[in-house]
Amino acid sequence: MTASRLLILGPVAFLAVFFLYPLVAILARSFSGGALGLESFSGLLGDSYYLGRIWFTTWQAALSTLLTMVLGLPAAYLFARHEFPGKTVLKALTTLPFIMPTIVVAMGFIALLGPQGLVNTALTGLLGPDTPQVRLTNTLVIIFMAHAFYNYAIVVRIVSAFWANLTPRFGESAAMLGAGRVRTFFHVTLPLLLPSLWSSAVLVFVFSFTSFGVVLVLGGPRFATLEVEIYQLTVKLFRLELAGALAMVQLVFTYVVLLVYARLQERSTVTITLVPHEAVTRRKKSWRDMLVVTGIVVALLIVLSPLWALVERAATAGGGYSTANFTGLFVNESGSYFYASPFRVIWNSIRFALASMTIAMLVGTAVAYLLARPRRRASALDALFMMPLGVSAVTLGFGFLIALNRPPLDLRGSWLILVIAHSLVAYPFVIRSLLPVLRGMPGHLKESAAMLGATPLSVFIHIELPIVARALLVGATFAFAVSMGEFGASMLLVRPEFATIPVAIFRLLSQPGASNLGQALAMSSLLMAVVALGFVVIERFRYREVGGF
Amino acid sequence: MLVAMITVACGGDEDNELVIMSHDSFNISDEVIQEFEQANDATIVIQQAGDAGEALVRAILEKGNPSADLLYGIDNTYLGRALDEEIFDTYKSDLLDLVPDKYRLDASNHVTPIDYGYVNLNYDVAFLAANNMSPPTTLEELTGPDWAGSLVVENPATSSPGLAFLIATVSYFGEDDDYDYLDFWADLKANDVLVKDGWSDAYYTDFTHYGGDRPLVVSYATSPAAEFFFSADPIDAPPTANILIDKATFLQIEGIGILKGANSTNLAKKFIDFALDTRFQEDFPDKMFVYPVNRNASTPDFFVWAEQPKYPADIGAAEIGEKREAWLQAWTEVVLR
Repeated sequence: MTASRLLILGPVAFLAVFFLYPLVAILARSFSGGALGLESFSGLLGDSYYLGRIWFTTWQAALSTLLTMVLGLPAAYLFARHEFPGKTVLKALTTLPFIMPTIVVAMGFIALLGPQGLVNTALTGLLGPDTPQVRLTNTLVIIFMAHAFYNYAIVVRIVSAFWANLTPRFGESAAMLGAGRVRTFFHVTLPLLLPSLWSSAVLVFVFSFTSFGVVLVLGGPRFATLEVEIYQLTVKLFRLELAGALAMVQLVFTYVVLLVYARLQERSTVTITLVPHEAVTRRKKSWRDMLVVTGIVVALLIVLSPLWALVERAATAGGGYSTANFTGLFVNESGSYFYASPFRVIWNSIRFALASMTIAMLVGTAVAYLLARPRRRASALDALFMMPLGVSAVTLGFGFLIALNRPPLDLRGSWLILVIAHSLVAYPFVIRSLLPVLRGMPGHLKESAAMLGATPLSVFIHIELPIVARALLVGATFAFAVSMGEFGASMLLVRPEFATIPVAIFRLLSQPGASNLGQALAMSSLLMAVVALGFVVIERFRYREVGGF
Repeated sequence: MLVAMITVACGGDEDNELVIMSHDSFNISDEVIQEFEQANDATIVIQQAGDAGEALVRAILEKGNPSADLLYGIDNTYLGRALDEEIFDTYKSDLLDLVPDKYRLDASNHVTPIDYGYVNLNYDVAFLAANNMSPPTTLEELTGPDWAGSLVVENPATSSPGLAFLIATVSYFGEDDDYDYLDFWADLKANDVLVKDGWSDAYYTDFTHYGGDRPLVVSYATSPAAEFFFSADPIDAPPTANILIDKATFLQIEGIGILKGANSTNLAKKFIDFALDTRFQEDFPDKMFVYPVNRNASTPDFFVWAEQPKYPADIGAAEIGEKREAWLQAWTEVVLR
């Protein structure tokens, strides 16, 4: 007991220093003008505009979540139940959208669905020049599409990891009793999957709720979410008190959602029956299976098409295929002080991501173990630990600057501030992927092992680790991904020597000119390659370490 | 582990270290920075802190305990705010004499001008030629049927060229004339103007030259020159060109200031002098695509494509500081809600 108490002290201290303290500092600063900012709250809630923003933020997040789940489930089924050549690579590719900078994704969408894009050109070519065009710029539809595109990987990863641990026995019994595939799915499989469905849905909801780049870049200025309003109020209008009040509203709202979710989660625990992976995987390949697999694979490749469009554009220069955009990245033509070679930025991205992943794994695992134990108010605690997802990035960012600015904690010039910011967003993923598995772990296994004289360590290595490994690796994958793709935190500091891949992309896109665009897309292609490789490596790591499934 | 991390994080504050905070668009050659370092036996550290607005908010929040000595990138749209917050010490460089009056950003000498540029409309040359159109010569034309669905602008509430163009329309149409800037924006909205969050987004996804459906975009007077410079193949003339309508372009002057409480004030002053001198002034035009304020500094040959408007909008930094929020709110009301 004492050892586990000590174990939890680390994460609690981490959150107190790097989350609560900066948050309180910036909110105190924001409200320093009035009496606890009460006026800004009453002003806020009396203003129909801001009430409208709160409502819009909520319903667009709910609808986005629904769409994301629908998109993610078939792929989750595919990866949980089927083996096919190229599975690992395809799985890595499906997770790529999650890390792409919004502006780059916007370009991918434009290349496909824009006025001069593939779809419209084809439509005009087929049906003549007067064909009405598909126009998605600045519409609600593109917000939903983009949220689903960004977040479906969360559903795919978390649900498939859980699904793969479920015994197919119940489904088989149902089938023997004469239930059809559809009925079996809705009445047997889906209820069993509930913990992981809730887990991924809450992450998707919170991500869509606090969405910034997607809404700003793709939806256009008419569809501001709370996060967008907070950003504008802080940075452009300098209305810190109003921004602070909105940030509080966003925080409280997220907390309530997380709390409701944590309650649901507690009730829907499913005890996992560990089965060898081979038994779960469908080996006997009927033509029907083949058809399903092929169908889902093709659908996934279509979903990923905006990314292919980007790579294709990156490999084009001056009217034909060319490597010029890629080779151009390696030359500091203008002798700029800010030039960062692809080697440098890739190395930076990787080392920051590995550091963030390590911190996120340590914090997330400790918290998940703490939450897995039955206790009173566990759901309140659960929601509390998930809060970094609900906080406004711009608010916390400036909080860092005014809170962590004096010795012994002056982190303003250090890369650590970046890593800490990334791990705050990353560790909730570790909790969410781990917790359903920990809660579902049959207690009797551990007890019998202990009775047979196994030490706690060997119980952990031989009994627990094989069960949680898959979930841990899902957490690791997302922790890595969050850090690789994040550049919201780059506002905190970018010394030229700390530039990451997204920062380099952003920099190239800040100037006009064909070779700037080309090189930005080349850099984006490198980002995809590096991250896909990282995912594959993480996946391989699993098979070697926990090969005994 | 935490303790070890913290110790690593706190590098020493050597007296010879000059920390410059800037927006993300700052760019200069490595060689020039090294020359300053060698001449002054100093080390320069540059921190990029987001866009100009983010960098300014950061400096305001850090007031009294700044993480940098200098803040570069305060322009005439942000100057009022920076002066109100009193984040700068004054410094009057002797080299200011070489800066023409119209580029003297701040009479109180808290912020020293370094460069300037213009925000104006650009057009897609090939698109207009293919459609037998010639570029508009007045802003009023933009509300007519010829240019319906043709223009993409940046949201002034999130983008600095967006704000600059809004201010230009205020100057062009006035605030309480029969037909004022808000009437113009209402007509523009009716004529299907597209508003995007930021410049990169508008330029690279909606401008016809890059696959969009808008042949007119709010950009900079130097953008055609940059298109020429960054072309994938050698070309004779840039694929885009400037539309320079009197009073409808915005002169944006950027400056640098010494942050109150800076560690290395003397070094900071030396850097300001250095930044006004021709070596520095002639280095940045083909990197930041802005013009040098020093009248002796020359610009690269291809800046013939970056012609400067004779009569930009006539609105001073003080008025902008005073009215910016009101303009933004009125604009948002008319165009977005």
